[in-house]
Amino acid sequence: MSLSVIYAILFYFATLLFIVGVARKIVIYARTPAPLKIPTMPAPLTKKGVAWRLTKEVVVFRSLFNANKWIWLFGWLFHVGLLLVLLRHLRYVTEPVWTWVVLIQPFGKYAAFAMLIGLFGLWARRFLVDRIRYISSPSDHLMLMLLIAIGLSGLGMTYIDHTDIVSLKAYVLGLMYFDIQPLPSNLYLITHLTLVVILMIIFPISKLIHAPGLFFSPTRNQVDNSRDVRHTAGWTAK
Amino acid sequence: MADFDTPVLKEYPIIPLIKKGSMAHSKPYVAKPDIQAGVGFPGELVDNWQEVGVKKLGELVSGSRALQVFLDTCVKCGACTDKCHYYLGTSDPLNMPVARQDLLRSVYRRYYTFAGKFFPKLVGAKDFTKDVLDKWYSYFHQCSQCRRCSVFCPYGIDTAEVSMAAREILDTVGVGQKYCNEILGKVHKIGNNLGLPKPALVDTMEGLEEDIKDETGIDVRVPVDQKGADVLLITPSADFFAEPHIDGLIGYAKVFHQAGISWTVSSYASEAANFSMFIGSNENLLKTATRIRDAAYDLGVKRIVVGECGHAWRVAYSFWNTLFKDMDFLDKKYPMPSHICEVTHDLIQRGALKINKEANDHRRITFHDSCNVARGSRMGNIPGGQFIIPREVIKACANNFYDMAPETIHENTFCCGGGGGLLTDDLMELRVKGALPRMEALKQVVDEYDVNTFVAICAICKTQFAKTLPYYKFDMDMITSLHQIVGDSLELGTND
Ligand code: HEM
Ligand code: HEM
Ligand code: SF4
Ligand code: SF4
Repeated sequence: MSLSVIYAILFYFATLLFIVGVARKIVIYARTPAPLKIPTMPAPLTKKGVAWRLTKEVVVFRSLFNANKWIWLFGWLFHVGLLLVLLRHLRYVTEPVWTWVVLIQPFGKYAAFAMLIGLFGLWARRFLVDRIRYISSPSDHLMLMLLIAIGLSGLGMTYIDHTDIVSLKAYVLGLMYFDIQPLPSNLYLITHLTLVVILMIIFPISKLIHAPGLFFSPTRNQVDNSRDVRHTAGWTAK
Repeated sequence: MADFDTPVLKEYPIIPLIKKGSMAHSKPYVAKPDIQAGVGFPGELVDNWQEVGVKKLGELVSGSRALQVFLDTCVKCGACTDKCHYYLGTSDPLNMPVARQDLLRSVYRRYYTFAGKFFPKLVGAKDFTKDVLDKWYSYFHQCSQCRRCSVFCPYGIDTAEVSMAAREILDTVGVGQKYCNEILGKVHKIGNNLGLPKPALVDTMEGLEEDIKDETGIDVRVPVDQKGADVLLITPSADFFAEPHIDGLIGYAKVFHQAGISWTVSSYASEAANFSMFIGSNENLLKTATRIRDAAYDLGVKRIVVGECGHAWRVAYSFWNTLFKDMDFLDKKYPMPSHICEVTHDLIQRGALKINKEANDHRRITFHDSCNVARGSRMGNIPGGQFIIPREVIKACANNFYDMAPETIHENTFCCGGGGGLLTDDLMELRVKGALPRMEALKQVVDEYDVNTFVAICAICKTQFAKTLPYYKFDMDMITSLHQIVGDSLELGTND
């Protein structure tokens, strides 16, 4: 079997696990009842207010900002970098490439560095701060190593050993139409893709599920209206 | 009592380095079988406790979105690690909120997640062993469920929810905490935490009426079981006898008297506290709350007002509307329930109270936001009203008010160190050490503004501070009920 086919199979498999896994988690979160009102106060009095509260948490990591400036700085750099990098990657799956994806390309290049600085900063804290060293499991270190390795292998392609972007794109688009094209052979690319497959597989079964989880956190997403509206769910609805 | 050193108050709070196992010896007394029976739990560790506990854990998680999300999403970022007063006071790493959660999360992972079943070492999953059970008993009784950690966690993970679940599991396998469960049993049997029966209650209240008469020369009523009163006052039973709580009760009575509001307490439901929340027991929570609803119905009152108590106000504000089967008999004009501070605030706004602020001129006051009021409830109709209203009331009744440092008040407030069912002498070391961050903030305003009056609106806070202030070389009489400030400033008799 050629590398092209092996990676095609890996990608289908990882995508399936990723989508089914995340969807399953979201369904579980949505179906599990929240029997009592437990928003962390002060909380918004309206649904709109809650949407704004969550937006601030997602976009600027508001609670984290109030908690710890270093974690916030590194964490935010990493996530914004990651977001830009992923958006920049859209050029492999869109034909013609969407205009805004073209426009962000230059920023995307720096984004990779922001992402890595953030990741290294967060990792350093796991060694340097005794409290965080205490709470870190091997998986917490491995997760950061994985993301760093993905970033470094990506940068390897950007700066050291360019891969054939045209045929890579043909390969990726081919995957989407179940028409397998040859995968360019490049050590960085193979490493990059292998690690991405691992990331996709562990996403739904690890702490990475925090991304959708945040939206379901009752302390953040409940409206403070318990005196006005009777709330029941689960055991309190019986 | 165990020997321990009271922490030294530092000029600036610093985050301590971890000292492993430094509080491993702290454990409250275990409940005897008769006490366990009173709240519906097995009397001693059941034979197949491991199986029972793991099963209960699964049920709790699938019945609570909060637990489900909290156990999955923690990224171990560490933002919460320096936020718990018990960590700051004891340096024991298992008192860092995330580490406390992990005591339970590691078991959850082992039995209910793919990664934990197949790669336990990698993700820190652990078997539910006797050693783990003992650690749970120790460290889930070192959490006052104050929710400070949840303010700072990027996902709002509330360790209080986790420790409630852990205590429910402990109870289910037969290892209950004596203090909480004994008290709850008394509420179910008699109606209050103290086990004070009706005749004793009536006696106490008559004594109180006499005291007020001696002090002011005015007949202020403190009625028990008065049918047809407008207001049912639900207040912590400590208000009936403990210092400085009782002066708060006198304050409420004076407010009702001057405003001409007819009110009563109930001998059937003579307790605002609902310790069921502390032990995470739904059945007990419902049963205890229902007593209050039934008392209100039987007495035919129009509204329910809750006295100065932190977790009781959280239960009342956030849960009553969910727990009470029907409340249609109450007057919809009033918020259900109302906090006594809301009532007093409203009367002040409407000019219904005659206040002489100078009566409090000997006091230089600061205010302690009780954790459950601050982070578990609201007062008034804007977010944060729970911070504004008590302060407005104090400032309307007294001239000298000084807030403590902003990072220690409002939603950032530090727990008194005795909340969440830990207000027992067998946990004295924990209570003293847990009070450290609050004591440091207090020292600042004492040094800077000569503060001599430390006002709280929670029965647990008041008892805890009365006990712990002396350890830190403060005068125990500093701790004062908010409604004592109000009561002392009221000019009774001027508008009769
Ligand atoms: C809705 C989207 C997301 C939000 C709001 C979010 C938010 C956060 C926050 C607040 C933290 C804690 C601070 C920190 O350590 O950075 C965090 C940690 C983390 N996030 Fe995200 N995240 C999101 C999506 C993602 C995605 C898609 C990934 C990876 C593929 C990811 C990977 C991580 C990792 C690995 C950590 C832990 C960092 C460490 O070990 O210290 N996040 N996230
Ligand atoms: C199907 C999935 C992916 C493919 C086919 C892919 C492919 C590539 C390629 C070809 C490059 C080199 C770009 C250039 O030479 O200009 C690259 C760079 C990079 N990739 Fe990926 N990648 C994938 C997923 C990811 C993921 C999930 C991440 C992050 C977690 C990531 C992070 C990066 C970074 C940081 C760079 C370097 C900076 C940049 O050029 O944007 N990649 N990737
Ligand atoms: S709820 Fe309060 S006592 Fe419990 S871990 Fe969080 S900060 Fe500490
Ligand atoms: S702040 Fe929240 S996510 Fe971060 S370690 Fe603490 S509990 Fe986990």
